[in-house]
Amino acid sequence: MSRQTALYALHREAGAKMVDFAGWDMPLHYGSQIEEHMRVREAAGMFDVSHMAVLDLAGPGARDFLRRLLANDVARLQPGQALYSCMLNERGGVIDDLIVYWLGEGRYRMVVNAATRDKDLAWIGEQARGFDLDVTAREGDALIAVQGPLARDRVHGILAPADARAAAVLKPFHAMAREGLFVARTGYTGEDGYEILLPDDDAPDFWRALYNAGVAPAGLGARDTLRLEAGMALYGTDMDEEVLPLEAGLGWTVAWQGPEGEARDFIGRSALAARRGDPALRRQVGLVLEGRGVPRGGQAVCAAGETVGEITSGSFSPFLRQGIALARVRGEPFSHCTVTIRGRPVPARVVRPPFVRHGKRLV
Amino acid sequence: MSEIPSGLKYAKTHEWVEELHDGTVRVGITDHAQELLGDMVFVELPEVGAAVHAGQECAVVESVKAASDVYSPVDGEVVAVNERLADSPELVNQDPYGDGWIMQVRLADDAEPGELMGADDYAAMVESEEAE
Repeated sequence: MSRQTALYALHREAGAKMVDFAGWDMPLHYGSQIEEHMRVREAAGMFDVSHMAVLDLAGPGARDFLRRLLANDVARLQPGQALYSCMLNERGGVIDDLIVYWLGEGRYRMVVNAATRDKDLAWIGEQARGFDLDVTAREGDALIAVQGPLARDRVHGILAPADARAAAVLKPFHAMAREGLFVARTGYTGEDGYEILLPDDDAPDFWRALYNAGVAPAGLGARDTLRLEAGMALYGTDMDEEVLPLEAGLGWTVAWQGPEGEARDFIGRSALAARRGDPALRRQVGLVLEGRGVPRGGQAVCAAGETVGEITSGSFSPFLRQGIALARVRGEPFSHCTVTIRGRPVPARVVRPPFVRHGKRLV
Repeated sequence: MSEIPSGLKYAKTHEWVEELHDGTVRVGITDHAQELLGDMVFVELPEVGAAVHAGQECAVVESVKAASDVYSPVDGEVVAVNERLADSPELVNQDPYGDGWIMQVRLADDAEPGELMGADDYAAMVESEEAE
């Protein structure tokens, strides 16, 4: 039996096509994935992402622990700021990618993937031995992402005036925590907006108020094509425990040094350091199809007559109206290649993701 | 519940066949099929003049989600294809039994009616698939 979020009844009422996702019954779309996608690029859409796991870490040892646990460095954070990071195993492979928020002295909040929740909790519990902190997996909250150029305005319109004023001055990648309300200016679409955590009991009214303010519900289908256009990696698809962050376009998230320029000692560092600069490392590239067709995960990428890698994520881009993909490749750099789609080579151009940001084509 | 017009014949691979009473039939995919596939982004049409065989691939419909083969429900020769789908693949979603048709086929002389179903049988099949 799949788990249901606090918004399940509203999704059914809205005619959503529901699918199982990591043990949760989630909306795939509400009629048209492409329309939902475009609403987010052009106006505002909202996603129920309550299946994601929210972990609170509190205690005097929390900061030191996270500096050891994560490949990015929480010492870089200002109060209220968010950080995207990979959590690596000793081999440098990616156990999960996540966002961590610094709430205040000795208090952090992490949002991790639903599919990896149990694995993450086991790993974190194991690594936390010897550090003075408590790790709590929060239950009973809904997480709603409101994204798009009009998203913040729409949210401000339904928050209590004091909360709206506080949210309006949040900088990108910053969050505010209130009793029963957590608002972060983060997202997974390449558009401005918020991710909002609130108690399950408050979630349906909040969702309805957003709907009445003109925010369109959008499903996991649109969430996937939006994040792909934004060049954002999807765990389990673009990287996993056998892939180094350096091979997944995530080298920028590895903090080799602390704020004083000192070498950091995070889990997976020595394995990563041993491979850093290795010409045999695979690397991530973005591809824009020049012919007709839609690239899909697992399809071969060929350059100069040889297979050099494969697509990790591919789709039709609703915004660009053509096929786009993230691929992992090896060998000499190349600017053009082909993708083998159902036995046929389709020409593609190599680009540097993101493909789309803030409603603008970048490739 | 998807729409299943009573005047058409259906293949178990979710294509429909409309008898045009001039020795030709029109073929498309059902409302149920387009619903499963989601927003169409490309349709690869057969060539006019091509021979098609019942149960064999004749076209590809590709949605945001996945590419899917279309199987010809009949034996014959393609006499027309729906050129509008090249620029407007979404017609398959919007009007699967009308403007979203895929091809028109002149039936081979020795064509058998084949394993096509009436609307009631097709509806029962869809229902049993959905119950799984």
